[in-house]
Amino acid sequence: MTTRDYDDVPGTYVLDSRTYRKGYHLNMFLMTLNKSECRDVFAADEAGYLSGFKITELQKQAVLDRDYLGMLKLGANAYYAFKLVSHDRHPPQVMYGKMNRPELSFDEFQDMMLKGGRPIDGNRSKKETPNG
Amino acid sequence: MARIMAGMGTSHVPGAGAAMDNGKTGEPYWEPLFTGLEPLRKWHSQNVPDVNIIVFNDHATSFSLDNYSTFTIGVAEEFQPADEGWGPRKVPVVEGHPELAWHLVEELIFEEFDMAVAGSLDVDHGLTVPLSIAYDQPEKWPTKVIPLCVNVIQYPQPTPLRCFKLGQAIRRAVDSFDKDLSVGIWGTGGLSHQLGGERAGVVNPKFDNTFLDNMTKDPMANTRISHTDFIREAGSEGIEMIMWNVMRGALNETVKEVYRFYHIPVSATAYGGLILENE
Repeated sequence: MTTRDYDDVPGTYVLDSRTYRKGYHLNMFLMTLNKSECRDVFAADEAGYLSGFKITELQKQAVLDRDYLGMLKLGANAYYAFKLVSHDRHPPQVMYGKMNRPELSFDEFQDMMLKGGRPIDGNRSKKETPNG
Repeated sequence: MARIMAGMGTSHVPGAGAAMDNGKTGEPYWEPLFTGLEPLRKWHSQNVPDVNIIVFNDHATSFSLDNYSTFTIGVAEEFQPADEGWGPRKVPVVEGHPELAWHLVEELIFEEFDMAVAGSLDVDHGLTVPLSIAYDQPEKWPTKVIPLCVNVIQYPQPTPLRCFKLGQAIRRAVDSFDKDLSVGIWGTGGLSHQLGGERAGVVNPKFDNTFLDNMTKDPMANTRISHTDFIREAGSEGIEMIMWNVMRGALNETVKEVYRFYHIPVSATAYGGLILENE
């Protein structure tokens, strides 16, 4: 596993070759949720639908639990993960809030953004803050 | 001869499209954005080109890990609004301009830009939200559109300098098109934002405003930002800003800023809007 200079950026998961390979099947499952017929099948039996993809048990559980941060750590990319939060008919701020540590509610995340967003100062490097 | 009239930069946040589609633009959350966009819309109502080249990115909609080209030109007669997971936006079909699109493909490839060619391309919010921002909710879009899709979501993205040079080559190609056409070019996406991870929601007004200043003052400075600097300073999704460099490269060396608007937040994004006219 090659290290990259951006690995020092806290709380950030770049869709590079490492993520691509780890998350390929997970992201391609998420991609199917672009199709309404697939969304219907998934809604009827989530675990059964997921068993049709070559994803790991951990990835499967993260999807079932809507553990978005866990999904990203297991190779999902945010743009692909959107498909799941959209499928649940939730605004994306729900996903962003759940990835925060500690988790934030929709209102708490929205409030942070309305106050100017997460500040860049203190969030550039893991030397400043371990997880952003 | 065809000529490039002006350039626009705009963020393409899906929430802004949904606000328009669902009649929420007057709500307190959205009102500052849409009030701020009024001069931009007025400018667009008075400056309608025949064709807009819209530099945008697909968000795991028509392209995915299976196949993602660095630069793609849409050459179809029309492009359907895509289903990105919540059903297609109810906005007009996007009419293409195959003749100019194919001219661009040929000129760019002979200039050694290895463009991919899409004959069928459903377009997601990356392209349709800028149209809505510029033209609101017409029954039919007032211009034809050439979609130019850039890979900005999968590392390694093209360099900011390559994007600028692509814009310069687009300019030469438009100039050499032998029909009388007015052409707009839009760079979309950005500004600073991060959508994944514990750091989601990070924005950087100083970085964004320096980038916007440099669109007129020192456009080459915006070609020297490294991928890591984008990720670190503008958030992992902020690298979408390289698409503005394509737009800037297609304009004159000297341009006039006729509109600028910056607003936080739109969802988790710092919104930027800019109109540049050739001097």
